[in-house]
Amino acid sequence: MTVAAKHVIRYVVWLGRALWRQLTSMRTALILLFLLAIASLPSALLPQWYLNQTKTATYIKDHPWLGPILDRLGFFDVIASPWYSAIYLLLAISLVGCVTPRTIELVKQWRAKPGRAPRNLSRLPHHAVVTASDDPAECAERIRIALRHKGFGGWRAVVRTEDNGAVTVSAERGYLREVGNLVFHLSVLGLLLTMAIGSLFGYTGSILVTEGDGFCSSAPVAYDNFAPGRMVDGTDMAPFCIQVQKFEAAYDANGMAKFYRVQLGVQSGAAVHSDRYTEHMLNINDPLRIAGQRLYLLGHGYVPQFTVRFPNGDVRTYSAPFDPQDAMFTSEGVVKITDPPGYSGDAARKNQLAIVGIFAPSGLVTDGILTSAYPEMLAPAVAIQVYRGDLGLDAGQPQSIFAIDTRQVDKGLLVSQGRKNLNLGESMTLPDGTVITFTGAKNYVSLQTSYDPVQGFALLFGILLVGGILTSLTIKRRRVWYRITPAAEGGPRLSTGSRVDIGGLARTDEAGYGAEFGSLVALAGAPAMTPESAGEPAPLTEEVPRSEKERVT
Amino acid sequence: MIDPTFSHLSDLAFEGAMAGYLVALVCHALQMASHHVRRQSPAAAATPALVAAGGASMTADTLSDRSSAADGAPAGEAEPLGRGTEHRHTRFAEQIGRAAVIVTVIGFACHVLALVLRGFAAHRPPWGNMYEFTLMITGAAVATWLVVLWRNKFARPMGIYVMTPITVLVFLAGTVLYTRSAPVVPILNTYWLNVHVVAISLSSGVLMLSGLASAAYLGRLRYDARVAAGVVDPERSATRLPAADKLDRIAYRAAIAGFPFYTFAIIAGALWAEVAWGSYWSWDPKEVVALASWVVYAGYLHARATAGWRGKPAAWISIVGLATIIFNLFFVNMVISGMHSYAGLN
Ligand code: HEM
Repeated sequence: MTVAAKHVIRYVVWLGRALWRQLTSMRTALILLFLLAIASLPSALLPQWYLNQTKTATYIKDHPWLGPILDRLGFFDVIASPWYSAIYLLLAISLVGCVTPRTIELVKQWRAKPGRAPRNLSRLPHHAVVTASDDPAECAERIRIALRHKGFGGWRAVVRTEDNGAVTVSAERGYLREVGNLVFHLSVLGLLLTMAIGSLFGYTGSILVTEGDGFCSSAPVAYDNFAPGRMVDGTDMAPFCIQVQKFEAAYDANGMAKFYRVQLGVQSGAAVHSDRYTEHMLNINDPLRIAGQRLYLLGHGYVPQFTVRFPNGDVRTYSAPFDPQDAMFTSEGVVKITDPPGYSGDAARKNQLAIVGIFAPSGLVTDGILTSAYPEMLAPAVAIQVYRGDLGLDAGQPQSIFAIDTRQVDKGLLVSQGRKNLNLGESMTLPDGTVITFTGAKNYVSLQTSYDPVQGFALLFGILLVGGILTSLTIKRRRVWYRITPAAEGGPRLSTGSRVDIGGLARTDEAGYGAEFGSLVALAGAPAMTPESAGEPAPLTEEVPRSEKERVT
Repeated sequence: MIDPTFSHLSDLAFEGAMAGYLVALVCHALQMASHHVRRQSPAAAATPALVAAGGASMTADTLSDRSSAADGAPAGEAEPLGRGTEHRHTRFAEQIGRAAVIVTVIGFACHVLALVLRGFAAHRPPWGNMYEFTLMITGAAVATWLVVLWRNKFARPMGIYVMTPITVLVFLAGTVLYTRSAPVVPILNTYWLNVHVVAISLSSGVLMLSGLASAAYLGRLRYDARVAAGVVDPERSATRLPAADKLDRIAYRAAIAGFPFYTFAIIAGALWAEVAWGSYWSWDPKEVVALASWVVYAGYLHARATAGWRGKPAAWISIVGLATIIFNLFFVNMVISGMHSYAGLN
């Protein structure tokens, strides 16, 4: 290898190390946390594709200059944008880089003894001198035993004798704080990971099912809407089948729902496609959990039904779910008749019918406008406008099930045949003799299936997260040292007994140590008669912590 | 379903709370204003020096308000005082400060009563709409403030920093956000939601106090800086705010009490979302901003452990945290419609 190559390698290693050190520093973590917070905000301030497509599209249309730029930059899908991912990836790496050495350090320290006493205890942020009546060795042992007592905080204490004969007690407590802190940080990492895995391998699917109908979850196409994770291809979904047997709801006098629920017949595992069903009452806030999948009752609505007598004499029944617009279930929707009998080929496509309108379970007409007065079906009514023509379904673009494509109307391909308000059993006759009769309505339920293979881990990490942070924030990391010398050195007055120098250092919450330090001092013996305090009652004052010192060790 | 008597009584109690807080504000303002004539006597100034030299005795109540003699806060009778006028001013400040606390307690009692009566009126827990929710948060903030006062008497003069924003929020609750007592939709009527909402509002209240203490801390730092620069003569206009490090400590304490609680609250929300919406986390705007607040407070705790970020920068982070919480409470609920749009303001 040439010298130059060696240089390059050395430089790359150096650069890598420097970058790594930068990335895993506390400062970087802090900045990344901030960036994450700031980067989250656009998703709350701007409409997002995944939350509301129409709103987002409208916003972009209303801001012709800025909208498309923001869209290209991912501002309408912040969570999936590269810059958002970059921030949390960097944070995750920084976390790994930060937590790993600390874990190793913690394991090493697990058995280590509290460190030697600093030479000059009076320089520590907390310091006191007291006298004790027993001699140094006894005094040290007494202090050590007292400190180790659980009621006193379970200090880890060790007695040493220094070269000059002074006996010292070094004690430390709050080791669990670091454990809690690491558990917390590891759980953050774990949560990031579980959320990522869950969104890659999980999926959700939603579907509206009319009372009396059923549905099987065997493939994505079974759903009205299917949102797969990136690693889901829809081939190995564990299927289950349901039958919507009976929908129940109860309302108070103001029309506020007391509850709603649905009686299901459920098949899963080997029972699928047999005729055996297990009964299950599905409630809101209480999903049915089947083989890792969850089935939710998200909402409900009405499916108005129409009987249509065509000019050729055929009579058929049509229905479609309508979308509730208010708490009283005034609903909007459309019944699309794509294959009118009596026509063939191109003529059939040009004579499609659409019954567009409003359904009200308890109809109330004011100024010609139909609304619902109560959510229950007491006096069902519809206000419909019928269109004939090409619905435009062949264009390949997916259409809303609740609306017609108004562009077809604008183009003159769909033509209004008149409008009318109908009560139950009433009919409307179109110019060509088609008779449309409103024959009632059924209930539908909107259901959702969710699958997330790792959400149990998310819960586990959530619990560890809270446990870790509680441990970390409530346990105080404290150190105290006692240096015990024979009191005789102090003068002839005291022939037995000891002089105890006490120094305290807190690694966290220095100022809060004061009170506790007092009891650590009291533990050693009576206050020494020092010149300063001899004459007057001692001033009771919180000492000022020398704050920059708190992290020197 | 709605009991009009309870509903009406609740409104009365609310007015009681509002009145209590307003009077408390006036008292705090008077207490702050009374500083201009105060002069520190030489004896009081000498006390801290003695302490530093002695260092021999530490007792359990080192944190008592006696030490506040060194902060320029009222020290009661213990403080040796020179002339009569100064004494009167200090006495006045002391008394008006005490009065502020008393009316705050009365206001708080009414505040709690207003919530309880709302619950009776609608036969459900009183956190079903923005009005009630805001009362919960501000109630939690006042409760935290009272706990701080109970533990640290010296903190009283920072009342103006604490009670001003809280009173404004309570006022907004009673005017802009007010909604008639009403039942809630079934999806809101569940166990985890109750846990979640209670935890979020109480922990937000605690965190709010942390931010306000940080604001007071910055106020005191500014004062200290102006004294150091010679712009303000401490002899002539002593501040009544507690020493900066004490304010900082109150902010920190509140943050470490509120943060785990807030963490738990978000997790409880995720548990509820799992049974209600089909996914424990949906990146709903409310969730996203809650996450941002959480991250900001994590940043605050980090800042306090990072050289060069302690003190002023950390305090600013805490205030940003407060801003995100208020933003989430008002802006996100009222302006942005996500799945959390149950504000009941239409
Ligand atoms: C999503 C990312 C993170 C979150 C939410 C987070 C949160 C927290 C919280 C709440 C604390 C306070 C607990 C305490 O004071 O004991 C803390 C402490 C700490 N964090 Fe993080 N952290 C994150 C990332 C990091 C990273 C990347 C590092 C490494 C550079 C780091 C290093 C530390 C250290 C050393 C402490 C202890 C500070 C002390 O002694 O008080 N954290 N973290």
